[in-house]
This record gives sequence, structure tokens and C-alpha cells, in this order.
Amino acid sequence: MVSSIPKDQKSILELREFYRQMVLIRKFEEAAAKAYSVGKIGGFLHLYIGQEAVGVGSIAALTPLDYIVSTYRDHGHAIARGLPINALMAELFGKGTGISKGNGGSMHFFDKNAHFMGGHGIVGGHISLAAGIAFASKYKKENSVTICFFGEGAANIGSFHEGLNLAAIWKLPVVFICENNHYAMGTPEYRALAVKDVSIRAVAYDIARDHIEGDEVRKVRDHVKVAVERARRGEGPTLIEVSTYRFRGHSMSDPAKYRTKEELESYKQKDPLHRARTELIQAGVPEKDLDQLDQEILTQVDDSYRFAEESPEPPLSQLYQHVYAEDK
Amino acid sequence: MAILTYREALNRAMVEEMEKDPSIYLMGEEVGHYQGAYKVSQGMLERFGEARVIDTPISENGFAGVGVGSAMVGLRPIIEFMTWNFSLVAIDQIINSAAKMNYMSGGQFPMPIVFRGAGGVGGRLGAQHSQAFESWYAHVPGLKVIAPATPKDAYGLLKSSIRDNNPTIFIESEVLYGVKGEVPEEEFSIPLGKAEVKRKGTDLTIVTWSRAFLFAEEAAKELEKEGISIEILDLRSLRPLDETAILESVKKTNKVLIIEEGWPVAGFGAQIAYLIQKNAFDYLDHPVERVTQRDVPMSYAANLERETLPNVERVIQSIREILK
Ligand SMILES: Cc1ncc(C[n+]2csc(CCOP(=O)(O)OP(=O)(O)O)c2C)c(N)n1
Repeated sequence: MVSSIPKDQKSILELREFYRQMVLIRKFEEAAAKAYSVGKIGGFLHLYIGQEAVGVGSIAALTPLDYIVSTYRDHGHAIARGLPINALMAELFGKGTGISKGNGGSMHFFDKNAHFMGGHGIVGGHISLAAGIAFASKYKKENSVTICFFGEGAANIGSFHEGLNLAAIWKLPVVFICENNHYAMGTPEYRALAVKDVSIRAVAYDIARDHIEGDEVRKVRDHVKVAVERARRGEGPTLIEVSTYRFRGHSMSDPAKYRTKEELESYKQKDPLHRARTELIQAGVPEKDLDQLDQEILTQVDDSYRFAEESPEPPLSQLYQHVYAEDK
Repeated sequence: MAILTYREALNRAMVEEMEKDPSIYLMGEEVGHYQGAYKVSQGMLERFGEARVIDTPISENGFAGVGVGSAMVGLRPIIEFMTWNFSLVAIDQIINSAAKMNYMSGGQFPMPIVFRGAGGVGGRLGAQHSQAFESWYAHVPGLKVIAPATPKDAYGLLKSSIRDNNPTIFIESEVLYGVKGEVPEEEFSIPLGKAEVKRKGTDLTIVTWSRAFLFAEEAAKELEKEGISIEILDLRSLRPLDETAILESVKKTNKVLIIEEGWPVAGFGAQIAYLIQKNAFDYLDHPVERVTQRDVPMSYAANLERETLPNVERVIQSIREILK
């Protein structure tokens, strides 16, 4: 309960809000995993569990006019942006009430109003889209900044290099956030990256760089904020590498046998949710407040599940809709 | 009526549209300071400045993506590929991003972008610089594919493409850039998806587009001397496709030859042949025939290239066989 927290502790309230978002992401995804295992969700389902602090912290550094470009692992980013979870769950279920009307699925959440510019399924392809959105902000002399999430695996594809170079030469207001969870599917970073520290690649494009651990949500926010402000001042892009870990496999179909139990356990010690909760308790927030918050979130997620289940599939008439846009 | 080259007509279309709408910009390699690799953007940098006529490094996938991203938030980019051969490096952005954005977002993101540049075969440019990719892009729902044959069409269709809210693949013919033709002085546009009967005839229909139209015209003139009357249907647009115009002409002449610069296997002509047999089978007096490029990469050797390309002689020979 907010009321039990001393009013002057703004940063605790902030952390509590971050905690809420992180728990919402986790519970949402746990529900999604359940739905997937009983066949209610099809296709691929890439979970963000373990990485929540990155999305929540980064997106907290933005204004509503800033843009977010995401990958196929987009649930966490979408929820952190405040997209309605009913519509997100419905999208996973392939329902007409989904955020992309059921045409997108897990990998393609879009919300134009929230400046949530999509989950994109081609590794790294969206990095140049982000440069393009930032290009448009500069072109239109708007003050928006674009942030773009991707994995360390994506840092090896041409689009990454082209996107960074273009953003650099044109000083575009964009922040590239590499969520390094140390695996691209089953490929560990040391087998894919000639230089393991992705942020060093910023040097090649003469742009600012940063490298942080991703288990502490407020720290992520503070670092991303510096980069966002730099971009907003017209000083160009930043490449931030955030070290993190996914507790699940690459997708639901991946048992993640390429890594050891010990490794997983050592990262679970650094669970960002656990960390935030501990900090809140240490700051005097009663545990039962947090339990109650967790409970509220569970109810919310259950509701979204029910909403998704009960929503109708898109009408067949939608099949040929939106292949082309309406006339201008 | 002004006499313009195909190149000048394209230039005029872009200039006029950009003057009206500040959200349109032109981006690509050498479009600005160099005035365009094929001089299609001649003078545009001076007119619109570096903010709107933007030179890029060699990074097709990157700047195609920039175009798509910027179109998501309301700009109307014209992305020039120096030639369509290099578009293959960007095909991911064209197909996986541009063509699908509106659909996979449930209609939230129209994609008012034009990808344009030089296409076509010939000129002894060898295997990697001499290819026709219309069929590749026409395969993809969500894209519109335009390939004009005359300066007038180039002008009118480019204007419509720029105004369209969908991703347009606008394939210019490298060989046609210097070809002159009449273009009305007053402003006009030509709707996408409307074929044109460029020559009326009664004995056989040639269906074609882009530069192959010239082969058709020459063959028709040649055969006219023998009293053979050829109708030429210039599709101009492969997607959307003017099926009605094709069928109307087939019903009139009962014989069809398709000419295209691309390869035969899974070529666009195969799709047209399918449509005709499906919808006008009873009207056909002869199987639909095609003249295409030979089914090989392009050779540099002059004789082998000549052998590979569709040409007037092959068109005439094919028509004679059909009419026999
Ligand atoms: C161009 C491309 N190649 C391969 C794939 C298949 N694929 C999907 S995700 C993935 C791993 C990407 O890893 P990373 O970028 O590190 O992101 P993470 O999954 O760790 O978040 C691969 C290989 C793809 N979607 N796109």
C-alpha cells in the first residue's frame, strides 16, 4: 500500500513502481508459458524472464513522446511501456482484440499511440528501423528520442553496423541498448563475438558507449537517462551494453541444455525482482504490502488470461484487410 | 506537349511532389552531390538541400531500414537503389519490414515509401549487374510493383507511387533513361494497376512491360508490313495487376505472347499465362507463349549476352509460330 510509505521517499515510490512493472512482466509471462504449454498460444514464445530490469529501467528514462523499437522478445518492453496487458495477452492468443488485431502474435506487438514501434522478428533488422525513426524525429525537428533493444547476437549482423554508422554520421537521437544475455539461442557469446564487450564497438563509430550490469533497475534507468539526454541535446547516439541473463531457454521449445545449472543458479542469485524487493523491504516497505501488490498483479494477469480466452478470433473478413493501407 | 527523356520525366515527378509535400525526401547513394548515378536526381540537391536529398554510405540494408523506420512515423521516403541488383542486400527490409508492417501491426503502420532505381538487363554488364527482378518483388503481397516503359508513364506512375500509402517497388529501365517521349505539360498522374493498350490490333496480343515494350513495338511494326495486326498491352504495373485488360485483349485476339526481360522459371509471365488459361481458356486459339531471357546468368561475352536477351527477332519468330 502506497499510503504506508513515507511521502518524502520519492525514490522508494519509484522503485516500488519499477517492482510492480517487473512483477507484472514476470507474472504475465508465466501465465503465457502456461497458456503455451496447453496449446492456447502458438508459434514461438520468447520469454523475457530474468531480464525485466533492463526494459523497465530503460523505458523509465523516456517520455511518452519517445519511441521504442523491440525484438521478438518484446513482452517486457511492451509492458514496461504501459501497453494494456489484456490486449497483449489477446495478441498471444491470436484474438481480434489483440494489440495488433491478432495479426502479429508474440513477436509483433505494435502500439502506435504509445510510440511502441514493434517487435521485429529478423535479428538486427530493426536496428536500422530505429535509426530511421530517429532520422524522422530529426527531420521533423521533434524532440523525441528512439531507443532500440537487441541482443548481443544481433550485434553481429550487418544491419547493426549499418544502423550505427548511419546514426553516427547523422547524429541521430537514438540509444542502442544491447541486452547481453550471453546467449544467442544456443550460441554463447564467446563463440560469436570477436570482442566480447559489445559496447566497445561504439568506438568504431565514434559514438558514446556505456556498459552496465542489468540487475539493478534504477541503475539501468540512470545510465539510459544520460544517453537519452545526450541524444536529446543533439549529440548523437549511444551504444549501451547491459549485461543480463534469461532464466528460461531461448524460446519455449528450448530446454537450454547448453548451459550449466550452476551458471543459471548464480544468475538467479541476481534476480532483479528479488533485488528490488529486498531493497524495498530494507527501506521500510512492509513485506505484506508487497505481497498484496503481487496478489493484485496476479489477479490482473488472470483477468487478462480470461479476457484473451473469451475474446473472439479475428473475423475471417480481416484476412485481406491491411495488406495495403487505405488510400491517403 | 513537352518532349522529355524518361530520366527527366522521373526527375520532374519527384521535384513536383517534393515541392508540395515537405514530408517527402530522397535518399540513396550518390543522389545528392553527384546528382544521381544515372542523373535522375539532377539538380535536386540545389533545390531541396541536404536535409531532403540525402547521400548515404554504401549500406543498402541500413538505409532501406532507415526509410522504413521513418515512414512508420509519417515521412514519405523515396529510397533510390543505384541499381536493383543491390537491392538484394536490402531485400530483408523490403520484404520483412516494409511489405508487412501494416499487416502485422493490424493496420497501424501504413508504409508510404517508394523504392526506386535502375533495373533491367543488357549493356554487357555481366552477371551481377544485368538482372530483372520484377518477378521477385511481385511475388510479395503488401508491395506494389511498377515498371514503366515510356517517359509519360514514368512521370505519371511515379507521382502515384509517391502519393500511395504503400511500399512501392518502382523499377526503372536503365536502357530507357535516355529515351524521349511526349509528356503533357500540365500536371497529371496515372493510377497504379491500370494497363494500357499501347497499340490496337486483332491477330495477337503481346503482354509486356518496361523495356520489353520496345521489342514488342518494333516487332509489331515489322509484322504490320505483312498485314499482321498486333495488339500491345503494356501492363505498367504488375501489382496491382490489371487482369481485366489482359482478358479483354485475349478475348479479342485469341492469341497471346508475353515478353519479359526476366528469367522464365517462376517468372511473372508464368502467372499471367496461368490467369489467362484459368479465365479465358475457351477463347484461346493457341497455348500462351513467352519470350524471356534465357535461363542462365548473364554472360559478359557479346554473343552470349545477345543470345540470352529477349529481342525483336525472337519476338517475331515466336509470333510467326503462333500464327502458323
Ligand atoms: C536474421 C535472422 N537470423 C536468424 C534468426 C533466428 N534467431 C532468432 S533469435 C536468434 C538469436 C538471437 O540472439 P540475440 O540477438 O542475442 O537475442 P536474444 O534472443 O538473446 O534476446 C536467432 C538466431 C532470425 N530470427 N533472424
